Amino acid sequence: MPTSTRASITRNARAPRHFALRSIVRRRTALLGGVILLILVALSLAAPLVSTQDPEKMVLAQVLKPPSQQFPLGTDYLGRDILTRILYGGRLSLLIGLLAVAVGLAIGVPLGAISGYYGGWIDLGIQRIADILLAFPGFLLSLSLVAALGIGLQNVILSVGIGALPSFIRLVRGSVLTIRELTYVEAARATGVPDWAILFRHVLPNALAPVIVQATLNLGTAILVAAGLGFLGLGVRPPTPEWGTMLGEGRNYIFSAWYIATFPGLAIFFAVLGFNLLGDGLRDALDPRLKNF
Amino acid sequence: MLRYLTRRLLATLVTLLGVSVIVFMLMHLLPGDPARLIAGLTAPEAEVIRLRTQLGLDQPLAIQYWHFLTNLLQGDLGTSIRSSAPVLSEILARMPWTILLAFVSMLLATLVGIPAGVIAARWRNSLPDYVVSLVTLFGISMPVYWLGLMLIILFAVNLHWLPAGGNESAPSVILPAVTLASFSVALIARMTRSSMLEVLGQDYLRTARAKGLRENAVVFRHALKNAFIPVITVIGLQLGMLLSGSVLTETVFGWPGIGLLLVDSIFARDYPVVQGVVMVFALIFTLLNILVDICYAYLDPRIHYT
Repeated sequence: MPTSTRASITRNARAPRHFALRSIVRRRTALLGGVILLILVALSLAAPLVSTQDPEKMVLAQVLKPPSQQFPLGTDYLGRDILTRILYGGRLSLLIGLLAVAVGLAIGVPLGAISGYYGGWIDLGIQRIADILLAFPGFLLSLSLVAALGIGLQNVILSVGIGALPSFIRLVRGSVLTIRELTYVEAARATGVPDWAILFRHVLPNALAPVIVQATLNLGTAILVAAGLGFLGLGVRPPTPEWGTMLGEGRNYIFSAWYIATFPGLAIFFAVLGFNLLGDGLRDALDPRLKNF
Repeated sequence: MLRYLTRRLLATLVTLLGVSVIVFMLMHLLPGDPARLIAGLTAPEAEVIRLRTQLGLDQPLAIQYWHFLTNLLQGDLGTSIRSSAPVLSEILARMPWTILLAFVSMLLATLVGIPAGVIAARWRNSLPDYVVSLVTLFGISMPVYWLGLMLIILFAVNLHWLPAGGNESAPSVILPAVTLASFSVALIARMTRSSMLEVLGQDYLRTARAKGLRENAVVFRHALKNAFIPVITVIGLQLGMLLSGSVLTETVFGWPGIGLLLVDSIFARDYPVVQGVVMVFALIFTLLNILVDICYAYLDPRIHYT
Protein backbone atom coordinates (compact mmCIF):
# COMPACT_ATOMS: atom_id res chain seq x y z
CA MET A 1 0.00 0.00 0.00
CA PRO A 2 1.45 3.42 -0.91
CA THR A 3 2.46 5.56 2.07
CA SER A 4 0.11 8.41 1.16
CA THR A 5 -2.93 6.09 1.06
CA ARG A 6 -1.96 4.56 4.39
CA ALA A 7 -1.54 7.98 5.92
CA SER A 8 -4.92 9.09 4.59
CA ILE A 9 -6.63 6.02 6.00
CA THR A 10 -5.01 6.63 9.40
CA ARG A 11 -6.10 10.25 9.27
CA ASN A 12 -9.68 9.45 8.38
CA ALA A 13 -9.88 6.76 11.04
CA ARG A 14 -9.46 9.32 13.80
CA ALA A 15 -12.36 10.82 15.72
CA PRO A 16 -14.85 12.34 13.24
CA ARG A 17 -15.05 15.52 15.29
CA HIS A 18 -11.33 16.19 14.88
CA PHE A 19 -11.58 15.33 11.22
CA ALA A 20 -14.43 17.81 10.79
CA LEU A 21 -12.58 20.56 12.62
CA ARG A 22 -9.45 20.01 10.56
CA SER A 23 -11.47 20.05 7.38
CA ILE A 24 -13.05 23.35 8.36
CA VAL A 25 -9.69 24.91 9.10
CA ARG A 26 -8.20 23.44 5.97
CA ARG A 27 -10.91 24.92 3.84
CA ARG A 28 -9.85 28.50 3.64
CA THR A 29 -13.25 29.68 2.45
CA ALA A 30 -14.94 28.45 5.61
CA LEU A 31 -12.27 30.09 7.68
CA LEU A 32 -12.78 33.31 5.73
CA GLY A 33 -16.51 33.08 6.49
CA GLY A 34 -15.76 32.64 10.19
CA VAL A 35 -13.37 35.59 10.16
CA ILE A 36 -15.91 37.86 8.39
CA LEU A 37 -18.54 36.96 10.98
CA LEU A 38 -16.15 37.42 13.89
CA ILE A 39 -15.23 40.89 12.64
CA LEU A 40 -18.92 41.84 12.20
CA VAL A 41 -19.87 40.56 15.65
CA ALA A 42 -16.84 42.18 17.30
CA LEU A 43 -17.52 45.54 15.62
CA SER A 44 -21.19 45.43 16.60
CA LEU A 45 -20.41 44.59 20.21
CA ALA A 46 -17.66 47.21 20.37
CA ALA A 47 -19.85 49.88 18.74
CA PRO A 48 -19.60 52.33 21.69
CA LEU A 49 -15.79 52.01 21.58
CA VAL A 50 -15.51 52.47 17.80
CA SER A 51 -17.87 55.44 17.60
CA THR A 52 -18.76 58.04 20.17
CA GLN A 53 -21.84 59.24 18.26
CA ASP A 54 -25.44 58.50 19.19
CA PRO A 55 -26.99 56.18 16.55
CA GLU A 56 -30.51 57.59 17.02
CA LYS A 57 -29.96 61.29 17.73
CA MET A 58 -31.02 63.67 14.96
CA VAL A 59 -28.51 66.41 14.11
CA LEU A 60 -30.18 68.60 11.52
CA ALA A 61 -27.02 70.69 10.96
CA GLN A 62 -25.23 67.69 9.43
CA VAL A 63 -27.94 66.22 7.20
CA LEU A 64 -26.87 64.22 4.09
CA LYS A 65 -23.12 64.74 4.43
CA PRO A 66 -21.10 62.58 1.99
CA PRO A 67 -18.31 60.33 3.32
CA SER A 68 -15.50 62.39 4.86
CA GLN A 69 -12.88 62.12 7.58
CA GLN A 70 -15.44 63.17 10.18
CA PHE A 71 -18.14 60.82 8.86
CA PRO A 72 -16.36 57.90 7.09
CA LEU A 73 -19.63 56.60 5.58
CA GLY A 74 -21.53 59.88 5.51
CA THR A 75 -24.69 60.93 7.36
CA ASP A 76 -28.34 60.12 6.65
CA TYR A 77 -31.37 62.36 6.06
CA LEU A 78 -31.66 63.07 9.77
CA GLY A 79 -27.97 63.85 10.21
CA ARG A 80 -27.13 60.57 11.93
CA ASP A 81 -23.69 59.02 11.34
CA ILE A 82 -24.18 56.03 9.01
CA LEU A 83 -21.13 54.14 10.32
CA THR A 84 -22.42 54.38 13.89
CA ARG A 85 -25.88 53.21 12.83
CA ILE A 86 -24.40 50.26 10.90
CA LEU A 87 -22.33 49.24 13.94
CA TYR A 88 -25.30 49.40 16.31
CA GLY A 89 -27.63 48.02 13.63
CA GLY A 90 -25.43 44.93 13.36
CA ARG A 91 -26.40 43.96 16.89
CA LEU A 92 -30.05 43.87 15.97
CA SER A 93 -29.73 42.42 12.46
CA LEU A 94 -27.51 39.57 13.61
CA LEU A 95 -29.64 38.97 16.70
CA ILE A 96 -32.85 38.80 14.63
CA GLY A 97 -31.20 36.20 12.36
CA LEU A 98 -29.98 34.15 15.30
CA LEU A 99 -33.26 34.22 17.21
CA ALA A 100 -35.33 33.51 14.10
CA VAL A 101 -33.26 30.40 13.32
CA ALA A 102 -33.51 29.44 17.02
CA VAL A 103 -37.32 29.62 16.72
CA GLY A 104 -37.16 27.47 13.56
CA LEU A 105 -34.89 24.94 15.30
CA ALA A 106 -36.87 24.85 18.55
CA ILE A 107 -40.10 23.98 16.75
CA GLY A 108 -38.81 22.28 13.58
CA VAL A 109 -36.34 19.79 15.09
CA PRO A 110 -38.75 18.12 17.56
CA LEU A 111 -41.54 18.07 14.95
CA GLY A 112 -39.24 16.51 12.33
CA ALA A 113 -37.89 13.98 14.85
CA ILE A 114 -41.35 12.90 16.00
CA SER A 115 -42.54 12.73 12.39
CA GLY A 116 -39.64 10.52 11.28
CA TYR A 117 -39.56 8.30 14.37
CA TYR A 118 -43.22 7.52 14.86
CA GLY A 119 -44.37 7.55 11.22
CA GLY A 120 -48.06 6.79 10.49
CA TRP A 121 -50.71 9.43 11.05
CA ILE A 122 -48.44 11.66 13.11
CA ASP A 123 -45.93 11.72 10.26
CA LEU A 124 -48.65 12.36 7.70
CA GLY A 125 -50.07 15.25 9.75
CA ILE A 126 -46.72 16.92 10.37
CA GLN A 127 -45.68 16.51 6.73
CA ARG A 128 -48.93 18.14 5.56
CA ILE A 129 -48.16 21.08 7.85
CA ALA A 130 -44.69 21.32 6.27
CA ASP A 131 -46.28 21.09 2.80
CA ILE A 132 -48.66 23.92 3.63
CA LEU A 133 -45.84 26.15 4.88
CA LEU A 134 -43.74 25.27 1.83
CA ALA A 135 -46.58 26.31 -0.49
CA PHE A 136 -45.72 29.95 0.25
CA PRO A 137 -42.77 30.66 -2.04
CA GLY A 138 -39.66 32.45 -0.85
CA PHE A 139 -40.23 35.01 1.83
CA LEU A 140 -43.96 35.30 1.17
CA LEU A 141 -44.84 33.38 4.37
CA SER A 142 -42.75 35.69 6.58
CA LEU A 143 -44.10 38.74 4.72
CA SER A 144 -47.73 37.61 5.11
CA LEU A 145 -47.27 36.85 8.80
CA VAL A 146 -45.60 40.15 9.60
CA ALA A 147 -48.30 41.94 7.59
CA ALA A 148 -50.89 40.26 9.80
CA LEU A 149 -49.09 40.48 13.15
CA GLY A 150 -47.81 44.02 12.67
CA ILE A 151 -44.28 45.41 12.68
CA GLY A 152 -41.92 45.12 15.64
CA LEU A 153 -38.93 43.07 16.73
CA GLN A 154 -40.84 40.10 18.18
CA ASN A 155 -43.12 39.73 15.20
CA VAL A 156 -40.22 39.88 12.73
CA ILE A 157 -38.33 37.16 14.64
CA LEU A 158 -41.44 34.97 14.85
CA SER A 159 -42.35 35.45 11.18
CA VAL A 160 -38.84 34.73 9.89
CA GLY A 161 -38.55 31.77 12.29
CA ILE A 162 -41.80 30.21 11.06
CA GLY A 163 -40.55 30.73 7.50
CA ALA A 164 -37.49 28.61 8.36
CA LEU A 165 -39.57 25.83 9.99
CA PRO A 166 -40.31 23.48 7.06
CA SER A 167 -36.66 23.06 6.04
CA PHE A 168 -35.80 21.82 9.54
CA ILE A 169 -38.85 19.55 9.75
CA ARG A 170 -37.98 17.88 6.43
CA LEU A 171 -34.28 17.58 7.15
CA VAL A 172 -34.59 16.08 10.63
CA ARG A 173 -37.32 13.70 9.51
CA GLY A 174 -35.09 12.38 6.72
CA SER A 175 -32.15 11.80 9.05
CA VAL A 176 -34.29 10.19 11.77
CA LEU A 177 -35.92 7.86 9.22
CA THR A 178 -32.47 6.44 8.39
CA ILE A 179 -31.14 6.32 11.93
CA ARG A 180 -34.18 4.64 13.50
CA GLU A 181 -33.48 1.54 11.39
CA LEU A 182 -29.91 1.13 12.69
CA THR A 183 -29.07 -1.83 14.92
CA TYR A 184 -28.10 0.23 17.95
CA VAL A 185 -31.59 1.75 18.01
CA GLU A 186 -33.07 -1.72 17.71
CA ALA A 187 -30.84 -2.83 20.62
CA ALA A 188 -32.02 0.11 22.73
CA ARG A 189 -35.62 -0.79 21.94
CA ALA A 190 -34.99 -4.44 22.82
CA THR A 191 -33.54 -3.51 26.20
CA GLY A 192 -36.69 -1.58 27.06
CA VAL A 193 -35.51 2.02 26.71
CA PRO A 194 -38.62 4.22 26.38
CA ASP A 195 -39.36 5.70 22.97
CA TRP A 196 -38.81 9.35 23.97
CA ALA A 197 -35.40 8.47 25.44
CA ILE A 198 -34.38 6.58 22.28
CA LEU A 199 -35.52 9.48 20.13
CA PHE A 200 -34.07 12.40 22.05
CA ARG A 201 -31.03 10.73 23.61
CA HIS A 202 -29.89 8.26 20.97
CA VAL A 203 -31.39 9.12 17.58
CA LEU A 204 -31.51 12.91 17.53
CA PRO A 205 -27.88 13.58 18.56
CA ASN A 206 -26.77 11.47 15.58
CA ALA A 207 -29.08 13.34 13.22
CA LEU A 208 -27.73 16.76 14.10
CA ALA A 209 -24.79 17.14 11.66
CA PRO A 210 -26.92 18.16 8.65
CA VAL A 211 -29.04 20.31 10.97
CA ILE A 212 -25.97 22.32 12.00
CA VAL A 213 -25.11 22.90 8.33
CA GLN A 214 -28.68 23.87 7.48
CA ALA A 215 -28.94 26.17 10.49
CA THR A 216 -25.74 28.00 9.47
CA LEU A 217 -26.99 28.47 5.91
CA ASN A 218 -30.42 29.45 7.24
CA LEU A 219 -28.81 32.18 9.34
CA GLY A 220 -27.78 33.90 6.13
CA THR A 221 -31.27 33.46 4.67
CA ALA A 222 -32.91 34.69 7.89
CA ILE A 223 -30.80 37.85 7.85
CA LEU A 224 -31.73 38.42 4.18
CA VAL A 225 -35.45 37.89 4.85
CA ALA A 226 -35.50 40.04 7.98
CA ALA A 227 -33.59 42.80 6.20
CA GLY A 228 -36.03 42.46 3.27
CA LEU A 229 -38.92 43.06 5.67
CA GLY A 230 -37.05 46.04 7.11
CA PHE A 231 -36.42 47.35 3.60
CA LEU A 232 -40.17 47.29 2.89
CA GLY A 233 -40.80 49.15 6.15
CA LEU A 234 -42.13 46.08 7.95
CA GLY A 235 -39.18 45.48 10.27
CA VAL A 236 -38.32 47.11 13.57
CA ARG A 237 -39.75 50.48 14.49
CA PRO A 238 -37.67 53.55 13.62
CA PRO A 239 -35.44 55.17 14.82
CA THR A 240 -33.87 51.89 16.02
CA PRO A 241 -30.97 51.15 13.66
CA GLU A 242 -31.35 47.92 11.66
CA TRP A 243 -29.61 47.24 8.35
CA GLY A 244 -32.70 46.47 6.25
CA THR A 245 -34.64 49.46 7.56
CA MET A 246 -31.63 51.74 6.91
CA LEU A 247 -31.44 50.44 3.34
CA GLY A 248 -35.16 51.10 2.87
CA GLU A 249 -34.75 54.66 4.13
CA GLY A 250 -31.81 55.15 1.75
CA ARG A 251 -33.99 54.20 -1.22
CA ASN A 252 -35.61 57.63 -1.17
CA TYR A 253 -32.23 59.34 -1.52
CA ILE A 254 -30.46 57.30 -4.20
CA PHE A 255 -30.53 60.20 -6.63
CA SER A 256 -28.82 62.59 -4.23
CA ALA A 257 -27.05 60.54 -1.53
CA TRP A 258 -25.91 57.12 -2.78
CA TYR A 259 -24.07 56.31 0.44
CA ILE A 260 -27.22 55.98 2.63
CA ALA A 261 -28.35 52.80 0.85
CA THR A 262 -24.93 51.50 -0.23
CA PHE A 263 -23.22 50.82 3.09
CA PRO A 264 -26.03 49.08 5.06
CA GLY A 265 -26.48 46.82 2.00
CA LEU A 266 -22.78 45.96 2.06
CA ALA A 267 -23.11 45.05 5.74
CA ILE A 268 -26.01 42.67 4.96
CA PHE A 269 -24.03 41.23 2.05
CA PHE A 270 -20.95 40.50 4.18
CA ALA A 271 -23.01 38.92 6.98
CA VAL A 272 -24.86 36.63 4.55
CA LEU A 273 -21.61 35.86 2.70
CA GLY A 274 -19.97 34.93 6.02
CA PHE A 275 -22.73 32.49 6.93
CA ASN A 276 -22.80 31.00 3.42
CA LEU A 277 -19.02 30.45 3.40
CA LEU A 278 -19.14 28.92 6.87
CA GLY A 279 -22.16 26.77 5.99
CA ASP A 280 -20.52 25.50 2.79
CA GLY A 281 -17.36 24.66 4.72
CA LEU A 282 -19.30 22.88 7.46
CA ARG A 283 -21.21 20.89 4.84
CA ASP A 284 -17.99 19.74 3.20
CA ALA A 285 -16.57 18.82 6.57
CA LEU A 286 -19.59 17.07 8.02
CA ASP A 287 -21.09 15.59 4.87
CA PRO A 288 -18.41 14.95 2.23
CA ARG A 289 -21.01 13.43 -0.10
CA LEU A 290 -22.25 16.92 -0.90
CA LYS A 291 -18.83 18.32 -1.74
CA ASN A 292 -19.67 18.92 -5.40
CA PHE A 293 -22.43 21.39 -4.72
CA MET B 1 -47.93 7.06 -13.09
CA LEU B 2 -51.67 7.77 -13.09
CA ARG B 3 -51.95 6.51 -9.51
CA TYR B 4 -49.04 8.66 -8.47
CA LEU B 5 -50.56 11.69 -10.15
CA THR B 6 -53.95 11.15 -8.50
CA ARG B 7 -52.29 10.82 -5.10
CA ARG B 8 -50.14 13.88 -5.74
CA LEU B 9 -53.17 15.94 -6.79
CA LEU B 10 -55.13 14.85 -3.72
CA ALA B 11 -52.23 15.81 -1.44
CA THR B 12 -52.06 19.15 -3.25
CA LEU B 13 -55.74 19.76 -2.62
CA VAL B 14 -55.20 19.17 1.11
CA THR B 15 -52.22 21.54 1.01
CA LEU B 16 -54.23 24.22 -0.76
CA LEU B 17 -57.02 23.82 1.79
CA GLY B 18 -54.42 24.41 4.53
CA VAL B 19 -53.08 27.41 2.64
CA SER B 20 -56.60 28.84 2.44
CA VAL B 21 -56.93 28.52 6.25
CA ILE B 22 -53.68 30.43 6.80
CA VAL B 23 -54.63 33.08 4.24
CA PHE B 24 -58.08 33.43 5.83
CA MET B 25 -56.52 33.77 9.27
CA LEU B 26 -54.23 36.61 8.12
CA MET B 27 -56.97 39.13 8.79
CA HIS B 28 -57.82 37.57 12.14
CA LEU B 29 -54.26 37.54 13.45
CA LEU B 30 -54.43 41.32 13.69
CA PRO B 31 -54.40 42.33 17.33
CA GLY B 32 -57.76 43.95 18.15
CA ASP B 33 -60.83 44.53 15.99
CA PRO B 34 -59.85 44.07 12.31
CA ALA B 35 -62.65 46.39 11.13
CA ARG B 36 -61.45 49.17 13.43
CA LEU B 37 -57.82 48.67 12.36
CA ILE B 38 -58.67 48.67 8.66
CA ALA B 39 -60.97 51.70 8.91
CA GLY B 40 -58.39 53.60 10.97
CA LEU B 41 -58.36 54.49 14.65
CA THR B 42 -60.08 57.85 14.10
CA ALA B 43 -62.81 56.57 11.75
CA PRO B 44 -66.43 57.10 12.88
CA GLU B 45 -68.17 54.10 14.47
CA ALA B 46 -70.71 53.91 11.61
CA GLU B 47 -67.88 53.40 9.12
CA VAL B 48 -66.42 50.62 11.29
CA ILE B 49 -69.80 48.89 11.49
CA ARG B 50 -70.28 49.21 7.71
CA LEU B 51 -66.84 47.70 7.09
CA ARG B 52 -67.48 44.91 9.59
CA THR B 53 -70.66 43.95 7.76
CA GLN B 54 -69.04 44.32 4.31
CA LEU B 55 -66.20 41.99 5.26
CA GLY B 56 -68.54 39.60 7.08
CA LEU B 57 -66.59 40.08 10.30
CA ASP B 58 -69.81 40.16 12.36
CA GLN B 59 -70.35 36.44 11.78
CA PRO B 60 -68.85 33.45 13.63
CA LEU B 61 -65.33 32.52 12.47
CA ALA B 62 -66.34 29.13 11.03
CA ILE B 63 -69.11 30.72 8.92
CA GLN B 64 -66.68 33.41 7.75
CA TYR B 65 -64.21 30.75 6.65
CA TRP B 66 -66.92 28.78 4.88
CA HIS B 67 -67.94 31.88 2.92
CA PHE B 68 -64.28 32.65 2.16
CA LEU B 69 -63.70 29.12 0.88
CA THR B 70 -66.87 28.83 -1.22
CA ASN B 71 -66.22 32.25 -2.76
CA LEU B 72 -62.63 31.26 -3.42
CA LEU B 73 -63.73 28.11 -5.25
CA GLN B 74 -65.92 30.28 -7.48
CA GLY B 75 -63.00 32.61 -8.23
CA ASP B 76 -64.33 35.35 -5.99
CA LEU B 77 -61.48 36.77 -3.93
CA GLY B 78 -63.58 39.53 -2.41
CA THR B 79 -63.64 43.28 -2.96
CA SER B 80 -60.79 45.73 -2.51
CA ILE B 81 -61.40 48.16 0.34
CA ARG B 82 -59.36 50.86 -1.41
CA SER B 83 -60.78 50.72 -4.92
CA SER B 84 -64.08 48.83 -4.34
CA ALA B 85 -63.14 46.74 -7.40
CA PRO B 86 -63.14 42.94 -7.32
CA VAL B 87 -59.77 41.67 -6.00
CA LEU B 88 -59.48 39.17 -8.85
CA SER B 89 -59.75 41.84 -11.52
CA GLU B 90 -57.12 43.96 -9.72
CA ILE B 91 -54.79 40.95 -9.67
CA LEU B 92 -55.47 40.03 -13.29
CA ALA B 93 -54.79 43.59 -14.40
CA ARG B 94 -51.35 43.53 -12.76
CA MET B 95 -50.49 39.89 -13.45
CA PRO B 96 -49.09 40.30 -17.01
CA TRP B 97 -46.37 42.63 -15.70
CA THR B 98 -45.25 40.15 -13.05
CA ILE B 99 -45.29 37.28 -15.55
CA LEU B 100 -43.31 39.36 -18.05
CA LEU B 101 -40.69 40.22 -15.44
CA ALA B 102 -40.45 36.62 -14.19
CA PHE B 103 -40.05 35.19 -17.69
CA VAL B 104 -37.43 37.69 -18.82
CA SER B 105 -35.55 37.01 -15.57
CA MET B 106 -35.81 33.26 -16.03
CA LEU B 107 -34.59 33.51 -19.61
CA LEU B 108 -31.62 35.55 -18.44
CA ALA B 109 -30.92 33.20 -15.52
CA THR B 110 -30.98 30.14 -17.78
CA LEU B 111 -28.91 31.68 -20.57
CA VAL B 112 -26.21 32.76 -18.11
CA GLY B 113 -26.50 30.10 -15.38
CA ILE B 114 -26.29 26.92 -17.47
CA PRO B 115 -23.21 27.88 -19.55
CA ALA B 116 -21.50 29.18 -16.38
CA GLY B 117 -22.14 25.87 -14.59
CA VAL B 118 -20.94 23.82 -17.58
CA ILE B 119 -17.75 25.88 -17.89
CA ALA B 120 -17.06 25.53 -14.16
CA ALA B 121 -17.50 21.74 -14.34
CA ARG B 122 -15.53 21.32 -17.58
CA TRP B 123 -12.54 23.22 -16.17
CA ARG B 124 -12.92 22.10 -12.56
CA ASN B 125 -10.45 23.49 -10.02
CA SER B 126 -9.04 25.99 -12.48
CA LEU B 127 -9.52 29.72 -12.98
CA PRO B 128 -12.94 29.58 -14.75
CA ASP B 129 -14.29 27.34 -11.97
CA TYR B 130 -13.02 29.69 -9.26
CA VAL B 131 -14.49 32.73 -11.01
CA VAL B 132 -17.90 31.05 -11.42
CA SER B 133 -17.84 29.83 -7.79
CA LEU B 134 -17.01 33.31 -6.52
CA VAL B 135 -19.66 35.03 -8.64
CA THR B 136 -22.35 32.51 -7.68
CA LEU B 137 -21.42 32.86 -4.02
CA PHE B 138 -21.88 36.61 -4.35
CA GLY B 139 -25.15 36.01 -6.20
CA ILE B 140 -26.71 33.98 -3.39
CA SER B 141 -25.39 36.30 -0.68
CA MET B 142 -26.44 39.61 -2.19
CA PRO B 143 -29.73 41.18 -1.09
CA VAL B 144 -31.66 41.62 -4.37
CA TYR B 145 -33.18 44.88 -3.17
CA TRP B 146 -29.69 46.27 -2.59
CA LEU B 147 -28.42 45.05 -5.96
CA GLY B 148 -31.42 46.78 -7.56
CA LEU B 149 -30.57 50.09 -5.90
CA MET B 150 -26.89 49.78 -6.88
CA LEU B 151 -27.87 49.12 -10.51
CA ILE B 152 -30.11 52.20 -10.45
CA ILE B 153 -27.28 54.34 -9.01
CA LEU B 154 -24.85 53.08 -11.67
CA PHE B 155 -26.91 52.75 -14.85
CA ALA B 156 -29.68 55.29 -14.29
CA VAL B 157 -28.28 58.01 -12.04
CA ASN B 158 -24.62 58.10 -13.16
CA LEU B 159 -24.46 56.68 -16.70
CA HIS B 160 -28.04 57.61 -17.78
CA TRP B 161 -28.16 54.44 -19.88
CA LEU B 162 -31.37 52.94 -18.55
CA PRO B 163 -34.52 54.17 -16.81
CA ALA B 164 -34.53 53.99 -13.00
CA GLY B 165 -38.02 52.56 -12.80
CA GLY B 166 -41.51 52.37 -14.21
CA ASN B 167 -42.64 50.38 -17.23
CA GLU B 168 -43.00 53.01 -19.95
CA SER B 169 -40.45 51.60 -22.41
CA ALA B 170 -38.95 48.23 -23.32
CA PRO B 171 -35.54 48.99 -21.71
CA SER B 172 -37.39 49.53 -18.40
CA VAL B 173 -37.49 45.77 -17.92
CA ILE B 174 -33.69 45.34 -18.09
CA LEU B 175 -32.65 46.48 -14.61
CA PRO B 176 -35.51 44.76 -12.74
CA ALA B 177 -34.93 41.55 -14.71
CA VAL B 178 -31.18 41.53 -14.01
CA THR B 179 -31.88 42.20 -10.33
CA LEU B 180 -34.49 39.47 -10.04
CA ALA B 181 -32.38 36.99 -12.01
CA SER B 182 -29.23 37.38 -9.91
CA PHE B 183 -30.14 34.76 -7.30
CA SER B 184 -31.47 32.29 -9.88
CA VAL B 185 -28.36 32.65 -12.07
CA ALA B 186 -26.23 31.65 -9.08
CA LEU B 187 -28.47 28.74 -8.14
CA ILE B 188 -28.78 27.37 -11.68
CA ALA B 189 -25.01 27.68 -12.25
CA ARG B 190 -24.29 25.86 -8.98
CA MET B 191 -26.79 23.12 -9.74
CA THR B 192 -25.51 22.68 -13.31
CA ARG B 193 -21.94 22.45 -12.05
CA SER B 194 -22.69 19.88 -9.35
CA SER B 195 -24.94 17.85 -11.64
CA MET B 196 -22.31 17.86 -14.40
CA LEU B 197 -19.60 16.76 -11.97
CA GLU B 198 -21.76 13.90 -10.79
CA VAL B 199 -22.47 12.75 -14.35
CA LEU B 200 -18.83 13.18 -15.39
CA GLY B 201 -17.81 10.64 -12.77
CA GLN B 202 -20.10 7.93 -14.21
CA ASP B 203 -18.73 4.74 -15.76
CA TYR B 204 -20.15 5.33 -19.25
CA LEU B 205 -18.22 8.57 -19.51
CA ARG B 206 -15.06 6.85 -18.38
CA THR B 207 -15.69 4.44 -21.27
CA ALA B 208 -16.21 7.37 -23.63
CA ARG B 209 -12.88 8.82 -22.53
CA ALA B 210 -11.19 5.41 -22.72
CA LYS B 211 -12.21 4.95 -26.31
CA GLY B 212 -10.38 8.16 -27.10
CA LEU B 213 -13.15 10.78 -27.23
CA ARG B 214 -11.99 14.29 -26.62
CA GLU B 215 -12.96 15.85 -23.27
CA ASN B 216 -15.09 18.50 -24.99
CA ALA B 217 -17.09 15.81 -26.80
CA VAL B 218 -17.50 13.90 -23.53
CA VAL B 219 -18.75 17.00 -21.73
CA PHE B 220 -20.91 18.64 -24.37
CA ARG B 221 -22.22 15.63 -26.29
CA HIS B 222 -22.69 13.01 -23.58
CA ALA B 223 -22.67 14.54 -20.10
CA LEU B 224 -24.69 17.71 -20.65
CA LYS B 225 -27.87 15.93 -21.72
CA ASN B 226 -27.94 13.72 -18.65
CA ALA B 227 -26.99 16.50 -16.27
CA PHE B 228 -30.01 18.53 -17.32
CA ILE B 229 -32.69 16.75 -15.30
CA PRO B 230 -31.95 18.21 -11.86
CA VAL B 231 -31.27 21.57 -13.52
CA ILE B 232 -34.74 21.59 -15.06
CA THR B 233 -36.21 20.92 -11.62
CA VAL B 234 -34.37 23.91 -10.21
CA ILE B 235 -35.49 26.08 -13.13
CA GLY B 236 -39.12 25.07 -12.57
CA LEU B 237 -38.99 25.76 -8.86
CA GLN B 238 -37.13 29.01 -9.43
CA LEU B 239 -39.89 30.25 -11.71
CA GLY B 240 -42.25 30.08 -8.73
CA MET B 241 -39.66 31.75 -6.55
CA LEU B 242 -39.21 34.51 -9.14
CA LEU B 243 -42.91 35.30 -9.00
CA SER B 244 -42.76 35.83 -5.26
CA GLY B 245 -39.29 37.40 -5.44
CA SER B 246 -40.90 40.05 -7.56
CA VAL B 247 -42.34 41.58 -4.36
CA LEU B 248 -39.02 43.22 -3.47
CA THR B 249 -37.81 43.87 -7.02
CA GLU B 250 -41.11 45.45 -8.08
CA THR B 251 -40.98 47.68 -5.00
CA VAL B 252 -37.44 48.85 -5.81
CA PHE B 253 -38.27 49.70 -9.43
CA GLY B 254 -41.92 50.71 -9.05
CA TRP B 255 -42.79 47.90 -11.49
CA PRO B 256 -46.60 47.67 -11.54
CA GLY B 257 -46.98 43.92 -10.96
CA ILE B 258 -48.80 42.01 -8.23
CA GLY B 259 -45.74 42.12 -5.94
CA LEU B 260 -46.03 45.89 -5.73
CA LEU B 261 -49.82 45.54 -5.40
CA LEU B 262 -49.22 43.29 -2.36
CA VAL B 263 -46.86 45.75 -0.66
CA ASP B 264 -49.14 48.73 -1.37
CA SER B 265 -52.12 46.80 -0.04
CA ILE B 266 -50.28 45.82 3.16
CA PHE B 267 -49.62 49.48 3.91
CA ALA B 268 -53.17 50.50 2.95
CA ARG B 269 -54.50 47.66 5.17
CA ASP B 270 -56.47 46.45 2.19
CA TYR B 271 -56.62 42.90 3.57
CA PRO B 272 -58.88 41.34 0.93
CA VAL B 273 -56.24 42.24 -1.70
CA VAL B 274 -53.41 41.00 0.56
CA GLN B 275 -55.25 37.70 1.03
CA GLY B 276 -56.01 37.42 -2.67
CA VAL B 277 -52.44 38.05 -3.83
CA VAL B 278 -50.94 35.65 -1.25
CA MET B 279 -53.45 32.96 -2.27
CA VAL B 280 -52.67 33.44 -5.97
CA PHE B 281 -48.89 33.28 -5.34
CA ALA B 282 -49.27 30.05 -3.32
CA LEU B 283 -51.59 28.53 -5.92
CA ILE B 284 -49.21 29.26 -8.82
CA PHE B 285 -46.23 27.97 -6.85
CA THR B 286 -48.00 24.74 -5.90
CA LEU B 287 -49.17 24.10 -9.47
CA LEU B 288 -45.66 24.77 -10.80
CA ASN B 289 -44.32 22.19 -8.34
CA ILE B 290 -46.68 19.54 -9.71
CA LEU B 291 -45.73 20.47 -13.25
CA VAL B 292 -42.04 20.10 -12.39
CA ASP B 293 -42.74 16.64 -10.92
CA ILE B 294 -44.56 15.52 -14.07
CA CYS B 295 -41.77 16.86 -16.33
CA TYR B 296 -39.26 15.02 -14.17
CA ALA B 297 -41.06 11.74 -14.67
CA TYR B 298 -41.19 12.20 -18.45
CA LEU B 299 -37.58 13.30 -18.76
CA ASP B 300 -36.01 10.56 -16.67
CA PRO B 301 -37.16 7.10 -17.71
CA ARG B 302 -35.37 5.62 -14.67
CA ILE B 303 -37.96 7.18 -12.37
CA HIS B 304 -40.98 5.00 -11.70
CA TYR B 305 -43.90 6.30 -9.77
CA THR B 306 -46.24 3.97 -8.01
